[in-house]
Parts: sequence; C-alpha cells; structure tokens
Amino acid sequence: MHATNLATAPASKVNYEPKVFDLSKITLREFNQALHSIQDGTNATSWEVINPKGSHAVAAGAEHPISIDVKGSVGYYCGGMNQKSTITVHGSAGPGVGENMMSGTIVVKGDASQYAGATGRGGLLVIEGNASSRCGISMKGINIVVRGNIGHMSAFMAQSGNLVVLGDAGDAFGDSIYEARLFVRGKVKSLGADCIEKEMRPEHIEILKDLLAKAGITDVKPEEFKRYGSARTLYNFNIDNADAY
Amino acid sequence: MSYHNPPTTPRGSATFDQYSMSEIRRAAATGIYDIRGSGAKRKVPHFDDLLFLGASISRYPLEGYREKCETKVTLGTRFAKKPIELKIPITVAGMSFGSLSGPAKEALGRGATIAGTSTTTGDGGMTEEERGHSQTLVYQYLPSRYGMNPRDLRRADAIEVVVGQGAKPGGGGMLLGQKISDRVAEMRTLPKGIDQRSACRHPDWTGPDDLEIKILELREITDWEKPIYVKIGGARPYYDTALAVKAGADVVVLDGMQGGTAATQEVFIEHVGQPTLACIRPAVKALQDLGMHRKVQLIVSGGIRNGADVAKALALGADVVSVGTAALIALGDNDPRWEAEYQKLGTTAGCYDDWHEGKDPAGITTQDAELMKRVDPIAAGRRLANYLKVMTLEAQTIARACGKNHVHNLEPEDLCALTIEAAAMARVPLAGTGWIPGQGGL
Repeated sequence: MHATNLATAPASKVNYEPKVFDLSKITLREFNQALHSIQDGTNATSWEVINPKGSHAVAAGAEHPISIDVKGSVGYYCGGMNQKSTITVHGSAGPGVGENMMSGTIVVKGDASQYAGATGRGGLLVIEGNASSRCGISMKGINIVVRGNIGHMSAFMAQSGNLVVLGDAGDAFGDSIYEARLFVRGKVKSLGADCIEKEMRPEHIEILKDLLAKAGITDVKPEEFKRYGSARTLYNFNIDNADAY
Repeated sequence: MSYHNPPTTPRGSATFDQYSMSEIRRAAATGIYDIRGSGAKRKVPHFDDLLFLGASISRYPLEGYREKCETKVTLGTRFAKKPIELKIPITVAGMSFGSLSGPAKEALGRGATIAGTSTTTGDGGMTEEERGHSQTLVYQYLPSRYGMNPRDLRRADAIEVVVGQGAKPGGGGMLLGQKISDRVAEMRTLPKGIDQRSACRHPDWTGPDDLEIKILELREITDWEKPIYVKIGGARPYYDTALAVKAGADVVVLDGMQGGTAATQEVFIEHVGQPTLACIRPAVKALQDLGMHRKVQLIVSGGIRNGADVAKALALGADVVSVGTAALIALGDNDPRWEAEYQKLGTTAGCYDDWHEGKDPAGITTQDAELMKRVDPIAAGRRLANYLKVMTLEAQTIARACGKNHVHNLEPEDLCALTIEAAAMARVPLAGTGWIPGQGGL
C-alpha cells in the first residue's frame, strides 16, 4: 500500500486537533472572519467554539465542509445561510437557528427558539429538544427533524422540504402551506388554513426512514407518524373561500 | 295654459361618481377585489405644489454651463467597508423578476449603469441578466426570501432589507398565477400557475430589536462589506426612520403612497399610506434629532417624474431619490404606440395597470415569451439612461439657479408652497407669506 496522500484524502479521515475559538477572548467578527477565510480543501476541518454565551450569528455564512462544535448555548441566527458545514450546538439555540440554510447539517442538542430553519433551502436541521413557534416557517427545501414538540404556526407558508416532529405540534400547523411534507408522530393541536392530513404512502415511509436515520434516531418507526400537506384549495383565489384568508 | 318646470341638467353624484359606480358593478359581477399594479392614482399634495424661489440679490446664482454643480453621492458610510458611489442622486427602485420580464430587468441594469447609478432586485431573487448588466446592484432582502442565498448576497453591492413599500405599507407581494412561468416558479420554489401572495412580515424577526440582530447577521455573512439599507413604506416616517437607524441601517429608503407595486388590491394602493410629500420632513427630522442626517443616507421614492421633483426631494433633506414607475415608462410602458392593443384590453395608453395579468403590450410587466421580445434591452436601457441624465441636468439647473454647487446644498429655505396642505406637509412657507402651517407634529 502506498502512503496516504494527505492532500487528497477525504477530510473526515484526517485526524487533527480541533481549532478552538474562545468567544470570551475573541470577538464574534474575528471568529466568523476566520470561518469565511478558509481555503477550499483545508485540512483544518474540525473547529470548536467555547464560551458562546448566547452570541448571535455564530457561524453565520459558513460555507466549507468542516465540523463546528459550539460548546454552549447561542443567540439568534446560529448557522444562518449555512452551506456544507456540520454545526453542532451543545446547548440551546435562540431564534432563527439555521435560517435560510442551503446545505450541510445543524444539530441542536438542547431546545430551539422561534423560527428554527426559517426559509431553509437545503441540508438537515436536527433539534434534539423542543422547537418553539414558527418552526420551519416558509421552508423551501430544508429537512427538519425535531425530537420533541413544536410550537404554534409552524410550517407557515412552507413551500418544500420535510418537517418531521416526533412529539406534538401546536396551533395552526401548516397554515397556508404549499408543497412541503409534514410528518408528526404525536398530536396536532389544530391545523391551519388549507392544511390537511394526507395518506401515508410507501414513498413517504421511505423519506421518513431516511431522515430518521440521518438524524440518528433509531427508537421510533416511520409508521408511527401521520402526514400533513396542502389541500391546494387556496392556490387560486375563489371568493367562496374568503373565510379561509 | 299649462306650466312646465324647465328640466334640470342631469346631475351625477360627487360621492357616487362614475368610477365608484363602476367599481361597485365590477365587485358585484366578479366577487373579488380589484387587483392592479402601479401606485396611488388619486390626486394628493405633491412636488407640483412646491416652487423654488431662485436666486436674486440676497443670494447669487451659479452660471448654468460654466460653474460646477456636483451630483455625486456616497451611500453606506456609516458601517459598510465598501460604500457605494453614485454619479447621480437618482437610483432605480426594486422591481422583481417575475413582475417584470427578463429583458426589462436587463434594460434597467443597462440604463442605470450608463447613467452611473444603481438598480435594485425585487421579490423574486437576483437574475444573471441584471447582475451581469448592473455595475451597482442592490439586493433586496424580503419577507418571502424568494431566491435568497449567500452567493447572491455576497455578489451584491448593497443589501436592502424591505420592511414595507409605499403602495401597500403593511402588505406583502402578490404575483398571480398567470405570471408564474416555469422560470419564475423555479426561482421562487413554488408550483407553476398558482397565485402567490408573499408574506407581509419577515419570517424570522419582528420589531426593531430583532431587526438589529438580523442586520448583524447579514453583516457577519458579508464580512461587513455591504451597505445595508432598510426600506419602509410611508406609514409613520418619523418613528420608522428612527427605528431603522437604531437597528443599524446605513441607508433608509422611504417610499410614499404614489410608489408603485406589481400588483395589490386597489383599496390598499389608494387608502393606506401617506403621500411622499408628507413623509420626507418627518424622516429628515428623525435623522436630525439623532444627529444622523447625511450620515445615514435617505433615499426617497414615490412619484418622482422629473428633475424638479428630484431637486425638491433633495431640498427637503433626501440624499437620493429612486424611480420605479417612471423608469418603466422610460423603457416603454404605457406607450401610445401600443394603443390598439391597450384598447383590446379595455383600457388606453397611460391608464394600463393590470400588470398582474401578464398581458402587457409593451412586453415589460409580463412573462409571455412573445410579448417580452418587444423590449430590446439595449435600446430600452439607452432610453432609461437618457431619462436619468435629463433629470439630473434639470435638478442641476435648478440647483445652480438657487446658487448651489452641489445638489445636496438645496434646502427647505429655497422653497415655497402653492397650497396650505403642501406648506404644512413640506414645512415650507405658503407662497407670499411667512406662514408654515401645522407646526408641532413629528
């Protein structure tokens, strides 16, 4: 066997000590600037943030296939517009975690506040605790898996992607939904305008199986979920539907 | 002998006028509110109600063609590492790809670039046509977030967080099924042919404290390079301007009720929001009260038509004006050359506003592949550039006549008002008097 060529080896197989950034000693700007200054193909693929102390916009605009472990809780918009990075928050996340993320993975070990994954276009957002109101609002292709419950008005105007909830969903779930798929294992307090329960077909079971596996969830079965989506009655205006607007 | 009272002349009601009655009949027949494009059509106090005083003995004018009158503006000097430089104090307002055709967007970029100014995306994301043909492009960050992505954010020259617009403060965008073509549907991640109603609020923030954090996030993603604008509709201009400044805006964009839209309810366009003339002074006062006038730049839009309007808006304290409807007219919107086709649509050149239907004979507010061929982006761009340059020359003409060597040196003291209403709104004296009515408000 030839010796491994480090320059071409898959990044994940290279074992480097993580680069550690202490937000009690450097500014958020210095950390995010370092993150944005990474060169493609870097060997420094393991990053760690300590003492985040609720900082906002931690790792916003990350765009490289690296792992970022945040040791503590964060404020608003952690991992906003993430591309390719795997961000793990070892704590809870404030509003808008993973907003408009394009790809990559964000895992929140604790709870998430409002608007988790808002307008997300791709990638996977996993909330291991509960998510608050408006989870997945206006989602546009992201996959979101929440182990606990989600709050009211979640998946409002959700356009595409999948929202998987192992617990319960709050009021007005999926209001004005377009083509996103919603899967809930527990109870839904109420459905929003134009959102209905739909048949769970084999392809949906496959989607769920895949997402649960990606989220590392092995203790629940896809068959335990119900599927919700758009009745498509509000797609074109009809005066007799005015009560729904 | 019998006596007949002479008949009276038939008398229509001023309240139930012909337009109001036609609207009642239309509503009764269709069961849907009237939707249209453009801005308020009703008569409201406007720049025409103001006049410049000009120089005489107490002030002396500058020589028309020989003495310099500067028009350059720098936007984003407060926080951005890379502020924007414009050669003229006129920009092109945000209008979406989707509401406008690809060639129309390209023409806007070309025209603005020739004239040395910026153009702006809209509620449909950034297209290659407009990025490629716009030297300076402002990228709108809207509640819908259609097409929003970090790559476009970083290749924009400035970011405009849209909170509201003058045609419909408190309302979101609307694009009806007829205009959701394959390309538009893909850019918006929506099924083709559906009626699309954008949200009126941003999905991930509410209120000025959140906005401050949202602006921080956008600055972090773009490494603090881009000027960040906040666009507000003419609702409560004093407070909204103050809150935008507090939230960290580099630039405030203020759009009065005559500002256009691609489509919304007629009742919204005509009955919500304040006239542009009434919005400027409260916004300027907010900036002055915060010590931020000229530090946070103010862009004013909504009914700007000519260089006199530009000069008047600047004299009232704006740094820049922005044109939308006028830019479309320069490209060829509502041109009488298409009169026969306007007639077929039940309207006439100059009145066509059913932009949401996508049947625009001028090929501008449409996604119809045949109609959009009527816009030659190069020729239309040239027309826009000509128009922008003429307006600039007109504003300079007035500024020189008032003795100013920069259009920004125009001031309220150069103006008087023709009506009491305009005097109160613009906070300048009624012509021939020293009277500024309505003092004491914000």
